[in-house]
Amino acid sequence: MGSYGTSDFRKGLKVQIDGDPYIMIECNFVKPGKGNAFYKCKLRNLLRNTVLDRTYKGGETLEQADVVEIAAQFLYRQGETFVFMDNESYEQYELSAEQVDDGWKYLKETMVCSMVLFNNNPITMTPPNHVVLRVEYCEPGAKGNTATNVTKPCRVETGAEIQCPAFINMEELIKVDTRTGEYVERVKE
Amino acid sequence: MSTPSDFRPTATREVLQQRAHLLQRLRQFFTTRGFLEVDTPLLSTDTVIDRHLDPLTVTLFSDPRQMQTGPTYWLQTSPEFAMKRLLASGLQRIYQVTHAFRGGEAGRYHNPEFTMVEWYRIGDDLESGMGLLGDLCEELLPYGRPELLSYEAAFERELAIDPHRADVASMSNIAQKRNIAIPDSIGSDRNDWLNLLLAECVEPSLGQDRPTILFDYPADQAALSQIRQGPPAVAERFELYVRGIELANGYHELLDADELRRRNRVTNEQRQADGKATLPEKSRLLEAMDAGLPACAGTALGFDRLVMLATNSESLEQVLTFPIDRA
Repeated sequence: MGSYGTSDFRKGLKVQIDGDPYIMIECNFVKPGKGNAFYKCKLRNLLRNTVLDRTYKGGETLEQADVVEIAAQFLYRQGETFVFMDNESYEQYELSAEQVDDGWKYLKETMVCSMVLFNNNPITMTPPNHVVLRVEYCEPGAKGNTATNVTKPCRVETGAEIQCPAFINMEELIKVDTRTGEYVERVKE
Repeated sequence: MSTPSDFRPTATREVLQQRAHLLQRLRQFFTTRGFLEVDTPLLSTDTVIDRHLDPLTVTLFSDPRQMQTGPTYWLQTSPEFAMKRLLASGLQRIYQVTHAFRGGEAGRYHNPEFTMVEWYRIGDDLESGMGLLGDLCEELLPYGRPELLSYEAAFERELAIDPHRADVASMSNIAQKRNIAIPDSIGSDRNDWLNLLLAECVEPSLGQDRPTILFDYPADQAALSQIRQGPPAVAERFELYVRGIELANGYHELLDADELRRRNRVTNEQRQADGKATLPEKSRLLEAMDAGLPACAGTALGFDRLVMLATNSESLEQVLTFPIDRA
């Protein structure tokens, strides 16, 4: 992997610092008067999610990180291990429950997720923004109550608990926003 | 949802109207004071030699089938050299609105191509040069008359250090105490540390209640300004800040050609040490100064930033038609 000079610095750049992959989430170019240029950057660690504040002087370089994003299909879960397959190469990748984080709540077999590889090892997985899940169990729906602001918990097919409106019944399909974990709408079969 | 289109400008029509109006008022300001508007070349065989300014080049090819072959001209980082040649040729009060180019400068407040207003008046010194800049600021922006604050007083006020004498260790100490992210490559150049503290601690506070003109810079940051002997010796250079943003840079101009030759040499050595190309030390400006540049002060102002402040915009791209990434 090569390196990036300060003039390549921009939001979204993936770099390696002390062996860890980072994504540049902010880069501000400052140059006081006739002085030297400084690049004030915020970098998010792609393994730990911590944010680093770093300032670079014009002319410094950062190592490029071998970070790629692939489309990966969820195959199955085996205990604490989630198995995915690269849709193009058919290569299989395993993620731990810790790496999948809250993602397990939305994972259905054959679902295509976005996966980030660092040095060809999977590090994170992001499900699609919206997923449709079947309600496995909830209290009976309150007939006539179409208000969406009255909510109740329901258990969906993945085993996760989602807050849904009171009118939802068992076996119905609901659309959930995976970024917020919130109910979006009821889906007709 | 349609994808955002790149052909449209990043400035709104309202901002473009305000921009045009501001330019009219600016021209009015200079016309009523007896300034002549001039127009000098963007391409020149001469260029300013500055450690931290990197000019872009254009090749004037003789054979269009070999566009990379031919003499190199510099896109001007400011119209300074040409305007001083006009002063040395007898013009007394001149101003210019022009595009200027600086390689590698892009960000919220920077675009590699930008609009600069530059003016010179024979007979001005540091005080009257700052006075004229103050008049312009008061007339074009709704923030009142600038206060004058020396570089030393600003550092004393914000950091309780003397910028002309503080050593690297004490400046590094302050930076650490203030939790400033310190670049790994900063080294032991005093000016690099002064610039870091200026950018991180001093600049954000400048021009907040009302505009501020910072003056009397460290002598080794003189660029093309005169040095007033001390102690401490200071550069008769000044900068206007409005709401933490640097808007203009002015000099009580250096007249001594031999001193400029010496500074050019030193700057090129620094550029070489930084791993950068050296820039031509001979120039027609030196010839003009040898012939006699009359005492004067001059100022360059970033017009896009002025529009930004006048329109309460957040970034340069909000006042430009097409910033570099869609130019």
